[in-house]
Amino acid sequence: MADIAETHVTPNPQMKVSDEVAISIQNMNKWYGSFHVLRDIDLTVYRGERIVICGPSGSGKSTLIRCINALEEHQKGTIEVDGTLLSSDLKNIDKIRSEVGMCFQHFNLFPHLTILENCTLAPIWVRKVPKKKAEETAMHFLEKVKIPDQADKYPGQLSGGQQQRVAIARSLCMRPRIMLFDEPTSALDPEMIKEVLDTMIELAEEGMTMLCVTHEMGFARQVANRVIFMDDGQIVEQNEPEEFFKNPKSPRTQLFLSQILGH
Amino acid sequence: MSDTHAESVAFVRETALPPVPPPVAERGIYKWGRENLFATPLNALLTVAAIYVIYLVLAGTLPWILGGVWTTSSLAECREVLDGRSAACFSVLTDRWNQLLFGFKYPPELYWRPLLAFVLMFLAAAPVLFFDLPRKLLFFTGIYPFLAYWLIWGGTIWTPIVALLGFVVGYFVYEKLVHRSFATGFFGGVIAALAVWYVGGLAIPDLARITSGLRLEAVPSRDLGGFMLNMMLGVTCVSLSLPIGIALALGRQSSMPLIKWICVIFIEFIRGVPLITLLFVANVMLAYFFPPGSGVDLFLRVVIMITMFSSAYIAEVIRGGLAALPKGQYEAADSLGLDYPQAMRLIILPQALKISIPGIVNIAVGLFKDTTLVSIISMFDLVGMIRGPILASTDWNGVYWELLGFAALLFFIVCYGISQYSQWLERRLATDHR
Repeated sequence: MADIAETHVTPNPQMKVSDEVAISIQNMNKWYGSFHVLRDIDLTVYRGERIVICGPSGSGKSTLIRCINALEEHQKGTIEVDGTLLSSDLKNIDKIRSEVGMCFQHFNLFPHLTILENCTLAPIWVRKVPKKKAEETAMHFLEKVKIPDQADKYPGQLSGGQQQRVAIARSLCMRPRIMLFDEPTSALDPEMIKEVLDTMIELAEEGMTMLCVTHEMGFARQVANRVIFMDDGQIVEQNEPEEFFKNPKSPRTQLFLSQILGH
Repeated sequence: MSDTHAESVAFVRETALPPVPPPVAERGIYKWGRENLFATPLNALLTVAAIYVIYLVLAGTLPWILGGVWTTSSLAECREVLDGRSAACFSVLTDRWNQLLFGFKYPPELYWRPLLAFVLMFLAAAPVLFFDLPRKLLFFTGIYPFLAYWLIWGGTIWTPIVALLGFVVGYFVYEKLVHRSFATGFFGGVIAALAVWYVGGLAIPDLARITSGLRLEAVPSRDLGGFMLNMMLGVTCVSLSLPIGIALALGRQSSMPLIKWICVIFIEFIRGVPLITLLFVANVMLAYFFPPGSGVDLFLRVVIMITMFSSAYIAEVIRGGLAALPKGQYEAADSLGLDYPQAMRLIILPQALKISIPGIVNIAVGLFKDTTLVSIISMFDLVGMIRGPILASTDWNGVYWELLGFAALLFFIVCYGISQYSQWLERRLATDHR
């Protein structure tokens, strides 16, 4: 998909990022039972950074970003999001979750609600926004992802690409400061991948802090200002995309890249 | 066609053929009959055999029903009128109509009260069953249980008012405190409600004396009976066991071990015991669990037992619905920052309950029919009335088919109505376009 992304973004690897820390992960470890999924993860994300995380399946990349909004619990180390320490305190967890948007591989729209209701539900109940205001915001973001005319349909009536764009709009309606993407295009047809990537690229251009688990290397090359390669629950290598793709240092990275770019 | 084209292979149609109706054998009833009744020789044979069986059944029952007698006052008289003919003696229904519906002890001059409660029940149930109706009607639904209690049992109006007041005060206290934590709100509400009931309970006799105009003639529980009793038990127990069942199902999934184990033990215990045993317990033993002399009403005891029984079943059905939801729905709700009650109420339960509708309706229908079991513990519900006072009377000893057929018909009407409603509801809620 590399060529698609290239046509839409002016290559600008030195995109400016601030010094403000958005997410700070220190010495984080996670186990599933006795299986050590994440090992000594240290990661600092600055505001406005667009990070792509890649790696073979089972390398813990999804688990890592799911730890950031506490969908998974970590057992050791600290995660701080926007200065709020992630602990077992439910109030903190809900606060962080309302600041961090998340898009899933399988969209996870609410099938019993219309597209508009999907988008307004959280603002109305969590942010206590008046219904009318929430609907205006929702329509604004639905226009942004270019499906305002589907607002009164149900998720089951939409194509996969449209559903994923609704899912992005739904997250944006909460006005998050950070967006997490968990393989947002892995369940989509090639044509639909493009429309979702376009939306994500637009979001990146507006300066949203993004963490994105994806296999779309074209997207990584053009949009990310940092690419992280994970294997066996560890961060093996991270670099600017230019360097990362041209001169991968670790043999594991080289092997991975040759496998996914080789065909 | 022109001559130039006549012998060439290429062909151009220049005039359209007019549409012609299909042959007779391919239309309407001929087609339907051939495809559905006489498609193969075996089908034809089965059709003929089935028609013969239907004929035999109708030939036996129709004369019996249509030739029935409606106006005599005893079975002996009935036999005289029939004069050896084999036909139904429906006079037992007309003669004992009020007993079948209201039992044999409810004062006849007060029949309007349960009837009014019955009619109002539809008004109260409407906004719950048909959620397109204006939400303001729910106000009446909230008042209805207390109104219906007052209409059926009578007594001073202050009893239901104090009961209602307790719920209202409890709710407001809950609303005030819930932002601190759910447990604070919940227990605060319960304590406030108990306080209101205690104080109100002390004040009821005085209030009743001052406003003696606001009382209906009291009818004790043991005077209730007939189909009215089945309806009361059915409606009360279904509407109580649904919320309790939901709470149990959620409790069983809870991550808090104490709550989880209480729910698991409750459900497993209740499901492992026959309803009839629970009813005997209600009749004989439950009194030991209440303070001596409190004299908890038999009706209330039976309601508690049937509700416990069906809520355990409903909990398991709803647990199935919860388990059927993809994990992603929970995660999406979480990731948007919804807290647990919001996620459950707005995302999880609407979907889980929708999946569970057939199972819940199954239990509701079963429960409604099981209310006839109270006849075993000498309550005179519809079946109790038939088996007891009516069949035991010298006038009607021996009229089985008519009475039990009538009981079956009444139950069938209600249960079929519930079933039809649930199918409508499933269609109405089908938004996933699978």
